[in-house]
Amino acid sequence: MSPAVRAAALGGGYAPGDEALAGVDFALDPGRIAAVLGPNGGGKTTLFRALLGELPLRRGTVELAGRPAYVPQTDRTRLDFPVSALDVALMGAYGRTPWWRRVARADRVAARDALARVGLGDAARTRFGELSGGQRQRVLIARALLQDAPVLLLDEPLSGVDAVSAERIEAVFRELREEGRGLLVATHDVEQARAWDAVLCLNRRQIAFGSPAEVLTTGVLQETYGHELVVIGEHRAVAVEHHEH
Amino acid sequence: MLSWLTDPFASDLMRRALVEVLVLAVACGPLGVWVLLHRQSYAAESLAHGMLPGLVVAALAGAPLVLGATGGVLVAAAAIALAGRDARLGGDAGVAVAVTGLFGLGALLALSPDVPARLGELLFGDLLGLTGADIVEATVLAAVVVAALVLAHRRLTIGVFDRPTAPSLGVQPARWEAWLLVVLAVATVAGVRGLGSLLVVALILAPGAAALNLARRLPAALALAAGLAGLAGVLGLLVSYHWQVAAGASVALAAIALFAVTLSFGRRRPGLGVP
Repeated sequence: MSPAVRAAALGGGYAPGDEALAGVDFALDPGRIAAVLGPNGGGKTTLFRALLGELPLRRGTVELAGRPAYVPQTDRTRLDFPVSALDVALMGAYGRTPWWRRVARADRVAARDALARVGLGDAARTRFGELSGGQRQRVLIARALLQDAPVLLLDEPLSGVDAVSAERIEAVFRELREEGRGLLVATHDVEQARAWDAVLCLNRRQIAFGSPAEVLTTGVLQETYGHELVVIGEHRAVAVEHHEH
Repeated sequence: MLSWLTDPFASDLMRRALVEVLVLAVACGPLGVWVLLHRQSYAAESLAHGMLPGLVVAALAGAPLVLGATGGVLVAAAAIALAGRDARLGGDAGVAVAVTGLFGLGALLALSPDVPARLGELLFGDLLGLTGADIVEATVLAAVVVAALVLAHRRLTIGVFDRPTAPSLGVQPARWEAWLLVVLAVATVAGVRGLGSLLVVALILAPGAAALNLARRLPAALALAAGLAGLAGVLGLLVSYHWQVAAGASVALAAIALFAVTLSFGRRRPGLGVP
């Protein structure tokens, strides 16, 4: 079985001499969810850019089972932009719609289905900026569902979302896994990572990749997070978020 | 009351002006919405200033104004793109440098003794001196603008809403921003005969800003902007007729006045970089 994602000696940065990420080597099979752990500035978003082929300077090789769908952090979107949740979900079909054509009727149906799947079937006409943070995140996931991609890259989809949204999002992740898609999910939550199939630890380079049991040791986490790690008891550790604004 | 509204349009002169402003409104209003959402209002203003040398050269050579405007806009757009690309200058400063230079060059040419005294007409248009051919010309260009916006609608949407993700959705935002600048140039050329290179900017930006204050969804904003631009055109012509003031300037001021009115609706001002 060929992997959903394979990276070999992957690295690079945004400007010459700037090494944002180095030495990334891993393979993720279809139907698997991998957590991507690391401190802020540790290279999680850079990894996604590299996998998408959008990193200005990239070294190493990337193999993908198909064009990946990318779910950005919601605060990267323009909240003042006058579009509805349905409009945003429909953007997932733009890539396969020629620029002179209207979006296909089947895609309009699919967009409504995708919104229903993330539990926002009733909010299709609601303006995107008026939704809660968790709801916005779910709309962006619905957009990725519409892309029907074999690989999904999600940038902290569970950071700062409400409990209802988090539950719904994790349920969708399980469905996507069942469908045989590969998911890379950037997160700060070590406990969450434990529930998934694999863990990739980054701190400007790859610290570890493997099953949660192998990777989530205090030693690896300390190397990953450095001073951002707070160890609680013998088998528990919490990564502290330092947000830069 | 009714005659106050209809009397002004009894003459061919005023009827042609009315058709001209309505035609321009359909193109300029929706364009303004996109220009504001893409935060390119400064570029819009600048393009209009930057095309002055082209207009003056056309006036000097006795060539059609639309040719001079086209040449001027192309040179200005190229200069803006080049200057903006220089990392030491950055976007806004690059535009400022390119445009001030071109505007200065235009003024220099216009104030030389050989030029017929038409600088005012180039800058502020001549809404009441339009021929049928002028209106056909404006109509064709306005149709091009509307078609270009309709075709690029989805691409322009993604570029604004979620620029970082656009490439993974199959859209290259930089390409469509350039497209928008070209459309802006065409619209400016369309409006230069009637409103002049400076006042046409008001008909592009003010109705768009007003519409974005009022509308909750994009299609509504685009339609509303066209409607408000048309309303500004009609109001401007009425004011111009009854108070004997310059027509182009009245239209521009009416557009700004409508925008000011929508500010008081001020439900929630989106941060749109209104000039």
